[in-house]
Amino acid sequence: MESIGVLMMCPMNSYLENELQKRFNLLRYWTSPEKSVFLETHRNSIRAVVGNAFVGADAQLINDLPKLEIVSSFSVGLDKIDLGICKDKGIRVTNTPDVLTEDVADLAIGLILALLRRLCECDRYVRSGKWKQGDFKLTTKFSGKSVGIIGLGRIGTAIAKRAEAFSCPINYYSRTVKPDVAYKYYPTVVDLAKNSDILVVACPLSDETRHIVNRQVMDALGPKSVLINIGRGPHVDEQELVKALTEGRLGGAALDVFEKEPHVPEELFGLENVVLLPHVGSGTVETRNAMADLVVGNLEAHFSGKSLLTPVV
Amino acid sequence: MAGASDTPLVLLHRPPSLDFMDEILSRNFRILNTDTSSEPLPIFLSRHASSARAFVVVGRFFVTAEILSYLPSLQLLVCGSVGFDHVDLAECKRRGVVVTNARNAFSDDVADCAVGLLISVLRRIPAGDRFIRSGDWEKYGEFRLGSKVSGKRVGILGFGSIGSFVAKRLEGFDCVISYNSRSEKPSVPYRYYSDILSLAANNDVLVLCCSLTEQTHHIVNREVMESLGKDGVIINVGRGKLIDEKEMVKCLVDGVIGGAGLDVFENEPAVPEELFGLENVVLSPHSGVATQGSLDNVAEITLANLKAFFSNRPLLSPVQLD
Repeated sequence: MESIGVLMMCPMNSYLENELQKRFNLLRYWTSPEKSVFLETHRNSIRAVVGNAFVGADAQLINDLPKLEIVSSFSVGLDKIDLGICKDKGIRVTNTPDVLTEDVADLAIGLILALLRRLCECDRYVRSGKWKQGDFKLTTKFSGKSVGIIGLGRIGTAIAKRAEAFSCPINYYSRTVKPDVAYKYYPTVVDLAKNSDILVVACPLSDETRHIVNRQVMDALGPKSVLINIGRGPHVDEQELVKALTEGRLGGAALDVFEKEPHVPEELFGLENVVLLPHVGSGTVETRNAMADLVVGNLEAHFSGKSLLTPVV
Repeated sequence: MAGASDTPLVLLHRPPSLDFMDEILSRNFRILNTDTSSEPLPIFLSRHASSARAFVVVGRFFVTAEILSYLPSLQLLVCGSVGFDHVDLAECKRRGVVVTNARNAFSDDVADCAVGLLISVLRRIPAGDRFIRSGDWEKYGEFRLGSKVSGKRVGILGFGSIGSFVAKRLEGFDCVISYNSRSEKPSVPYRYYSDILSLAANNDVLVLCCSLTEQTHHIVNREVMESLGKDGVIINVGRGKLIDEKEMVKCLVDGVIGGAGLDVFENEPAVPEELFGLENVVLSPHSGVATQGSLDNVAEITLANLKAFFSNRPLLSPVQLD
């Protein structure tokens, strides 16, 4: 398979790079200063694209690669891939579901605790020597608070399970009610926000869910409730979010994702009711290795005529 | 305000920042607040507290034999904390003073704090937040990977209410729980290790939830940390002196253990400065209990113990004086 051209869109994981390099002709998109020349040179040998949450395969790229057979994403989110065109052209698409579910759910709970209990602020307080001048102030209890989850898929369900261990009542919104679920369903995100102390975004990004957390939702949450985003930046109207936080209309936010990563609105940097992370939802050694194995496994399966491991299209 | 002369007199000592119980206590008892006088405490107590049968202490005030000697009528000491290592228990026993603590008042919050520190260390949350606020994410892009929380083996030292609350929460993350305590608890479904060394050897994370006694002083020493190993993490929400702090600093700096989440220290508020430069350490200013919810719980159990005492009913949370 060493002659099969696999185009990797950006640096994402050295273990993955090595494994791909061993098996295929790995082409690193980011190392070429002249992208169009690069594609022109390699267009007939590239049969696979490996993307991730930052860079995938949009319509233009797909159209530039006439020999493209498969897009294997190093992510579970597919919002950076033009699925419609892939379907039309018979291009297979795979992602990395399940292996990262726990990491993302773990991080959601970690963000809630870091936000409510001001753990980053506490850490700064000690490191700066301020503790010598006086005790830190009271923070907000997590146990028993109501958690509202947007999207009750694999990740949403895993978050609910963890929050239940803190005696949190669980509410959710999804496109349809889930009949065998014991949590309380709300038919709109605004209703969910009104009735939750903590709102968590855990649904896929699509045209319907873009800016699903808008000004109305933030107003429904209010100054005593908080927002946790471990989905995609565009789920939240970021401009409105910055205003709501700086004007004190929203109690706080913990964000792992942003509309234009790695850019984060600087107005947030001075706020202590905000926790900011550089898109590390699946960022553990264990999980990234498992995701890499899935990407490699899917490509190997495809090029040896076997069934794909985790096909989407 | 309770003013009738048959309303019991209760002595109260608390720092000005911890006055959250003042009002509710005043509504139910005649409160003698050490705050009301600038006299040295021994003089104040001799002058005004000789008839006090109950004493409420909030915060880290050392109830020594000397202090007790100024309180000849004392029969009940109510601690607004779970730990009572600041009380001369032997002297209380000798004088027939019963001691109560705040039992479960803080357990939810301390357990939440322990889990929060655990996730923060393994997933590098404060480090990630710093990475963004310093502008490094835009400059450098890649942030070092953390370590998965779900499924980790967690050994809990001390299985009282805090230890069991930590275990319950970590079950939600499918962590494999084991514990060590003074004796095995038959009703507890987790694996028991009869000593801390084997607990450390068989776990990825150690969470310290036990009380500080002569036996547990520096129970986490160099040997235990070497047993825990270079990927091992210590979370301390108990008392600073449970760990040999000097050795721990060395072990962290030298990579003998993988990281630590610490809410308590040997000489608070002093914290070894070598820790400030470490990315694999999360520090917290003994705020495990510091939520309004916990304070409300402490006020509730303090009041309940006082009421029980003055109506000759069983106390809610007496402490074993042996």
